[in-house]
Amino acid sequence: MTDLNHIRNFSIVAHIDHGKSTLADRLIQSTGTVQDRDMKAQMLDSMDIERERGITIKANTVRIDYVALDGRKYVLNLIDTPGHVDFAYEVSRSMRAVEGSLLVVDSTQGVEAQTLANVYHALDADHEIVPIFNKIDLPASDVSRVAEQVEDVIGIDTSCAIAVSAKTGEGIRETLEAIVHHLPAPKGDRDAPLKAMLVDSWYDSYLGVIVLVRIIDGVLKKGDRVRFMSNNTVHSVDRIGVFRPQMEMAADLGPGEIGFLTASIKQVRDTRVGDTVTHEKRSCDKALPGFKPAQPVVFCGLFPVDSAEFEDLRDAIDKLALNDASFSFEMETSAALGFGFRCGFLGLLHLEVIRDRIEREYDIDLITTAPSVIYHVHMRDGTMQLLHNPADMPDMTHVEHIEEPRIKATILVPDEYLGDVLKLCQDRRGIQLDLTYAGSRAMVVYDLPLNEVVFDFYDRLKSVTKGYASFDYQLTGYREDQLVKMSVLVNDEPVDALSMMVHRDRAELRGRAMVEKLKDLIPRHMFKIPIQAAIGGKVIARETLSAMRKDVTAKCYGGDATRKRKLLDKQKAGKKKMRQFGSVNIPQEAFISALKMDS
Amino acid sequence: MPEAFGLYIHWPFCQAKCPYCDFNSHVTRNIDQKRWLAAYVAEISRVGAQTTGRTLNSVFFGGGTPSLMEPETVDGVMTAVRATWPTANSIEVTLEANPTSVEAGRFQGYRQAGVNRVSMGIQALHDDDLRALGRLHSVVEGLAAFETARGIFNRVSFDLIYARQGQTLADWRTELRRALDLGLDHLSLYQLTIEEGTAFGDRYALGKLRGLPDEDLSADMYEATQEICGAAGLMAYEVSNHAKNGNESQHNLIYWRYQDYAGIGPGAHGRLTLDGQKFATETVLSPGGWLNAVENIGTGESLRALLSDEDQFAERLLMGLRLSEGVDLAGSDSAQNPTFVNNINGLSDLGLVGYENQTLLATHKGRPVLNGILRSLLGG
Repeated sequence: MTDLNHIRNFSIVAHIDHGKSTLADRLIQSTGTVQDRDMKAQMLDSMDIERERGITIKANTVRIDYVALDGRKYVLNLIDTPGHVDFAYEVSRSMRAVEGSLLVVDSTQGVEAQTLANVYHALDADHEIVPIFNKIDLPASDVSRVAEQVEDVIGIDTSCAIAVSAKTGEGIRETLEAIVHHLPAPKGDRDAPLKAMLVDSWYDSYLGVIVLVRIIDGVLKKGDRVRFMSNNTVHSVDRIGVFRPQMEMAADLGPGEIGFLTASIKQVRDTRVGDTVTHEKRSCDKALPGFKPAQPVVFCGLFPVDSAEFEDLRDAIDKLALNDASFSFEMETSAALGFGFRCGFLGLLHLEVIRDRIEREYDIDLITTAPSVIYHVHMRDGTMQLLHNPADMPDMTHVEHIEEPRIKATILVPDEYLGDVLKLCQDRRGIQLDLTYAGSRAMVVYDLPLNEVVFDFYDRLKSVTKGYASFDYQLTGYREDQLVKMSVLVNDEPVDALSMMVHRDRAELRGRAMVEKLKDLIPRHMFKIPIQAAIGGKVIARETLSAMRKDVTAKCYGGDATRKRKLLDKQKAGKKKMRQFGSVNIPQEAFISALKMDS
Repeated sequence: MPEAFGLYIHWPFCQAKCPYCDFNSHVTRNIDQKRWLAAYVAEISRVGAQTTGRTLNSVFFGGGTPSLMEPETVDGVMTAVRATWPTANSIEVTLEANPTSVEAGRFQGYRQAGVNRVSMGIQALHDDDLRALGRLHSVVEGLAAFETARGIFNRVSFDLIYARQGQTLADWRTELRRALDLGLDHLSLYQLTIEEGTAFGDRYALGKLRGLPDEDLSADMYEATQEICGAAGLMAYEVSNHAKNGNESQHNLIYWRYQDYAGIGPGAHGRLTLDGQKFATETVLSPGGWLNAVENIGTGESLRALLSDEDQFAERLLMGLRLSEGVDLAGSDSAQNPTFVNNINGLSDLGLVGYENQTLLATHKGRPVLNGILRSLLGG
């Protein structure tokens, strides 16, 4: 156990690519926490996807021993938090587990949207903040401009800011000193009943669930019987330790310390981020504030391209869910796509990460249906239904009104692209809340419907701003709007996988884009095929795929019979890859492409 | 009508390989025609022993370019044929010919050997297009060869390729009328097809074969072809073949009616009914390999496969629906299958097939989309 006064707990706040992981690597390395020969880039990001995309999905932690210039020995606990909006709740919990933050800003770039979102989480948690201006080794670095911007936009003092090059190591010593001297020591009472915050948890196939905790009060020892207050489950602690960043066993953890426990827990679902851990016998009287169970906000269907892989998909999803309590799923059947799962995610990034992991780690090709949000469908009888699959939309005659989730989106963009960004937000039914300038960059704040954002907003934003915009959002609540279910009919047969919820004013545009695209994707048949988008019984867009006019072999003589017969046999086999709707065969690729619509 | 029986003889050599052609053809100098003749004669004798008692209705010299055969070679083959099978009084002996003056010089010799019908690869009536198609003759030369042939043979057919690069509908109508003005009684009109493994196929794969018609123009050209030929009294008796009544190619009708034919020469296919069972036969594909096999093993045959009822039914349909007369399905079990009947009804409702007195045929509307019809009927 370490004296509270010699502990400093901190996180690093940064926009993606501003050098958070490199700075963490350098702090770990310069203090000798990891031997040089064991060092690898992005030490704390353990998943391939984390390393590849440069994002952090799970909270990671490392305990660093540091002998300061004053000769005292300090324990520094760094929690590396997910920086992405999808994991905003996890970020806010991690922030509550530490007392201070390093605010890393790329001195060649300046403040970005994610910097803002995360720094607000830090300020909410009453952090002391030390600004770090990184990448000063680059010629484009402009520390004074960035300092001014940080003061203007975020409103924090930059007099204690440190200029750093995480790449060369310049400023690292100063950073360590600032952690010791500017960040406060944690408070806590070692004699009080145990009160610990569950910061994160993950599944390990040897140890069961590993629970990352921050001790607030009391002492946690091996063998203790502990209670998780949200679900009142009791477990016997069989291991305690800290991360350096490898696991290192410890006898106990006292106030202010950050470490892990294992207790033969089988499911991550039983260990919820933000929960309070206390002793079974001598419990603390009140749980920590702010706990809430994870709520998926974006839904989509995941179907195996090859229907024979359904069981493999089930297996993969079960395994992923073991380690991810925020990911929900239930079985779904679609006439178009067969058996699959309706899955709920914290956001689009979370969706992409899960999808990528299934495809990559389990080698299953997937069809992903259009992402949907949760609608509140208020019925005439006064009840309210949660709708996250357009296929489940009740009959409109029983519906009083529909509410959809709205977000507050913050976008930072160089002013030459501002016009395009404003147009994009307007087109997506946005309401402008704020528009300010920080130097040559504009910061716009929009109230937007989430369903317009999950569609392809981020891709469009990147494309209209050539990648120079940064974007972040938070959910603000539900609001009524003119929402309708748009169905797609091919040869008068509804194709369930293509139906979607849209705003009435946008329905025609979306419907038109969909039917035009399908017209190109469905091969000509022996008869003409109407392709329609409809709201209820009303057709809002229609295309007609002409009947096949010419498909005959010009030359067919004695030597061709065998070849033509074998060709027909081959086509018979290929037909299995088509989905049949009435008498129309739609190739699988048509669904994949239609759902990738970018109108 | 008794089942007809035909003999196909493949001559695998050409002076040049045409860029659209995916037939088994090779460009070789110094062909030992005596050696080839001996091999053909040996094969005729081998197949003859298996088909004793059958009357031969047709012989067809195809290629390659059979008009590169010396008249003596053709004569030797025909002599062996007559010595092996009884021949029908009306026997049709066709030889495919390139319309160059050199070849026209051999026509008299072919006639003396017994050839009574030639099919000429005129292909186009535009010099630029002939060059683009890799042909060695000009329009003038081609038409002169045609006139020579007409003076020698009773029956002369010729081939044209349409839906060529950059060809408009009006161009084709004009060209086709000009061909019909020659007073033909048989005409094969093929839409240019880009086949894999040909020079055109390679260029097409690279996106470098421009100006090919889209599906709609191609359909319009096909329709125009039916209309213009019909008006001239040359109805389509098959997808790409037009004839005045009684001038149909008897040999090709054997294929489309799914009757028996023996195939001799490199890569030739056959369909033979032996002891009541139908077999598909194939011979060694490469010319050198075939020659060696015949000389050293005593047979050029590389495959003899029994055809299942299902395979036979598929082949009968895919060949027979090409004919305007259709396919007689009487006595076929496969034709009673409810799914099949259902598919026929569906296609019939669309006006694509007709089914009367157990005869199934593709209608005028159906024939241009015959592959689609076949996929519906046989594609599972």
